[in-house]
Amino acid sequence: MEPVMAVVVGILFAASIYMMLRRSIVKLVIGLILLSNAANLLIFTIGGMVRGLPPLIAEGDKLPAGGWADPLPQALILTAIVISFGVLAFAVVLIHRAYEVVQEDDLNKMRSTDT
Amino acid sequence: MTAMGSLILRTATRLLLPLLLLFSLFVLLRGHDEPGGGFIAGLVGATGFALYLFAFDAERTRSLMGVDPRLLLGLGLFAATVSGLPGTLLGHAFYTSLWWTPTLPLLGEVKLSTPLLFDIGVYLVVLGSVMTIVLALAGAEEKAEETTWNR
Amino acid sequence: MLLAVLSGFILCALAPWLTRSLGDRAGWLLAILPAGLFAYFLGWIPEVIETGAVTLQYPWIPGLDINLSFLVDGLSLLFALLISGIGTFIIIYAGGYLHGDPYLPRFYAIMFAFTAAMLGVVLSDNLLTLFVFWELTSITSYLLIGYHHEDKEARWCALQGLFVTVAGGLALLAGLLMLAVAAGGEYTLSGILASDGLQEYPFYTAMVLAILAGTFTKSAQVPFHFWLPNAMAAPTPVSAFLHSATMVKAGVYLMARLNPALGGTELWFYMLGIFGAVTMFTGSFMALRSTGIKAMLAYSTIMALGTLTMLIGIGTEAAIVAAMAFLLAHALYKAALFMLAGVLDHETGTKDITRMGGLRRAMPITFVTACVAALSLAGLPPLFGFIAKELMFEATLHGGALTTFTTVLALLSAIMIMAVAAIFALRPFIGARTETPKSPHEGPLSMLIGPVVLAALSLVFGVAAFIPEAALLQAAVTAVHGRPVDFHLYLWHGVNVPLLLSAIAIVIGLLAFRFWDAVLAGFRRMPFIDRLGPERGYERLMDGLVWLAEWQTRVLQNGYMSNYIITLVLTTVALTGWTLFVHTGTAIPLGDINVRIYEWFTVGLILAGALFATITGSRLTAVAALGMAGFGVALVFVEFSAPDLGTTQIMVETLTVILLVLVLYRLPAFVNFSSPGTRLRDALIAASFGGLMTLLILVVHDINVAEPISDQLVQWSYPEGHGRNIVNVILVDFRALDTLGEIFVVGLAAIGVYAMIQLRAEDRRQ
Repeated sequence: MEPVMAVVVGILFAASIYMMLRRSIVKLVIGLILLSNAANLLIFTIGGMVRGLPPLIAEGDKLPAGGWADPLPQALILTAIVISFGVLAFAVVLIHRAYEVVQEDDLNKMRSTDT
Repeated sequence: MTAMGSLILRTATRLLLPLLLLFSLFVLLRGHDEPGGGFIAGLVGATGFALYLFAFDAERTRSLMGVDPRLLLGLGLFAATVSGLPGTLLGHAFYTSLWWTPTLPLLGEVKLSTPLLFDIGVYLVVLGSVMTIVLALAGAEEKAEETTWNR
Repeated sequence: MLLAVLSGFILCALAPWLTRSLGDRAGWLLAILPAGLFAYFLGWIPEVIETGAVTLQYPWIPGLDINLSFLVDGLSLLFALLISGIGTFIIIYAGGYLHGDPYLPRFYAIMFAFTAAMLGVVLSDNLLTLFVFWELTSITSYLLIGYHHEDKEARWCALQGLFVTVAGGLALLAGLLMLAVAAGGEYTLSGILASDGLQEYPFYTAMVLAILAGTFTKSAQVPFHFWLPNAMAAPTPVSAFLHSATMVKAGVYLMARLNPALGGTELWFYMLGIFGAVTMFTGSFMALRSTGIKAMLAYSTIMALGTLTMLIGIGTEAAIVAAMAFLLAHALYKAALFMLAGVLDHETGTKDITRMGGLRRAMPITFVTACVAALSLAGLPPLFGFIAKELMFEATLHGGALTTFTTVLALLSAIMIMAVAAIFALRPFIGARTETPKSPHEGPLSMLIGPVVLAALSLVFGVAAFIPEAALLQAAVTAVHGRPVDFHLYLWHGVNVPLLLSAIAIVIGLLAFRFWDAVLAGFRRMPFIDRLGPERGYERLMDGLVWLAEWQTRVLQNGYMSNYIITLVLTTVALTGWTLFVHTGTAIPLGDINVRIYEWFTVGLILAGALFATITGSRLTAVAALGMAGFGVALVFVEFSAPDLGTTQIMVETLTVILLVLVLYRLPAFVNFSSPGTRLRDALIAASFGGLMTLLILVVHDINVAEPISDQLVQWSYPEGHGRNIVNVILVDFRALDTLGEIFVVGLAAIGVYAMIQLRAEDRRQ
């Protein structure tokens, strides 16, 4: 599965970078969302992909029965998902504010910091 | 947003919201043993309120919550930070977990711990943050609409 | 000992409050601390004489082997006594000098921090703590020089001092680290001093040059001397303390300290000997040129620092004895002279010595004290300065290859300093009374006690030279020279070459004093000297830096978002891609492609979502497509054993859609701004990054640099964490601190959103 996911992650990254290079600020937002998904999947893929062995211990046991998927990347990604939501909200509102002030959605025209 | 709130959505929301909130508490408390935990529970709770927001409006959602979401946020950060202290006071490293399992009437054995307090803190932060964002945005939206009408 | 060093920092926190509540008396009361420290260090003398050196250790960061360890021997004790002793008088003096100054509390706070840092420098045994204290002295002295922070000139001078000393500090850090490596990973001074063969270290030259870059900048050696006179922008108590007796001596201290370990080579000998001698000459020459009373003393301090460096460089027994005696003599008279300069400035309202005259009646105590201290500066009997100067001549006369060079420069310097001393002691006081901005009268007790006591000590030590010799200098010389030296200090050596040199210096120096006005006029006809100074170099460098910063800002920070991203992406691709290529070549392991049917469906969902979101022209389609991709990602999580992640992802996807619906519709519709050519370029850049990430995953997947900790976490989860959901146990228990940081980020983002929207609401109201 990993080689396939590697390609998927690559495509996600490419799509996000492409969107972030657009001059429309709305496309920048879409690029950001794609970027966080790509990053999360990247960590997940590198952590190793195992089917049907969640890192949960059945009641009465001391270890997950029959092996486990690595829980550490999962913990990292879990917080990353929530943080990326917070950051996305921040970015979106910031962009919205910038648009309101400048009345211009072309990033190339938002060059001066004084407006 | 009021235009979107149809009668069916409102009725469904009235039923769903308590369920979602209960479910979020359930997910929070069982999170240490089964899938769940503070992050997920906080998101579930926030989704519930967000649903209510779509069905009604920001003002009513705020009064339904009863507390300012920013207060929840602060409380959560406080709880999460403080949960590290008991371990420190007993001479261990910061965030050394402590467990206390009293047997209560009716409930049986209850697992109380500093990680649980921490998880509750996480829950409050996530719930508070998401609701702060969503309510601020929705509030601004409604004000903007009002000004448009007044014009 | 720990308390002794750190008490200054503690009092630093309390000083502002104490000053405010105590008012005028604060200076006297606060001086108790340095006085107490002085007494404490005095108490160490018997033990140090007995055992030579004592080390004390307090663990600080045991994990990194950084200890707060202190080395108490003759050298450090001599310095500690000077710092605490002179510090006592400075604190008292400042109470009078800065009487009624609104920033006095702040002054005391920084002063105590400085004193503590300085004690730390001279007492530290660990190289790293020494360095930390060293930098602390730079920073606190920056704050003290820039004390009059409303004054642009003062700020500029402070910044100059900071840049020069901190730049040297960086070099010093490199040098100290090399030193530790050369000594076989030994970070304690005591250990380094005990290890031999440092001179054979392959990078010995680089190491010595780096260390000297630090000490030369700190101790204002040519060509870095220019910052010291500018540091006179500080209030006089600061100048008296930092720039005569303590901070600038930190460099001298370190050279003296490392002399047994690093000295004895030609490099050490010539570097210190030549630079020291040139500095000595430059300092005394510039002193004679100055008319500002503080500038004059500042340059004579440079002279003294040069002398000390030169003597350490010469390194013979006689030279080390001379260096230690000179160090003590200089600290005593220079602090006294500076404080007297402050009295004169304070009482007359001018710093220009040519405008003072006939003050002896109005300020008799100042006059007498100035005479005594200046006699010591000039090196006349029966003051301690005389002994020191005789020893210096003695040392330069046996200065090996540099004998002629150092002796000639020393003689010239002595002549000029003789004149300077005479000018300082006599010019303001004798002759006709001149008009000064303020009508002069004697300074208050708080401002006179320091100079009087210090000048008296110069006299006492001169007459009874066995006191400092037995108490301190023997031990200090032993520490600097590396082994005990048998010597005795006498006022009268008989008629010998040093005495003759002294006599020549006195006669010509007095002549120069007699005709000082003519000499000054002569100097004025040579304005090119001002343009020669290395200070121009400093200014050029600073201008160049600003220009470079502006240039790179124009080029890199040009305001085009896409340029930033392209720069970042291409740099990453080039560097990472290159590393990847070097390490693995072109053989990329493919791994096994074992994909089930429903997983293909998931993959298709993600890719279709990403693709639609990218190419669509409608915002609604884009949001829907993003949602599709997001749910696809959630499915991946669920299918591959991460139920928690799947749930979280689904919830966040839902909330993201809500967010976008709330905001996105207030934003403009998609517009295509760029040309097809630009789009093709961007597509290629994006593809290169995506390709790199794909390759990275394929390569990295099979590499295990270290044993993963996950298995441990899984095994501890139930027994230690009492939880059966391992992911949750990691989040709230094993890595709780990490999670705490993360929820703070989430909280901050929410507060940021709230603030931005509130701001807008307030804008509207206006």
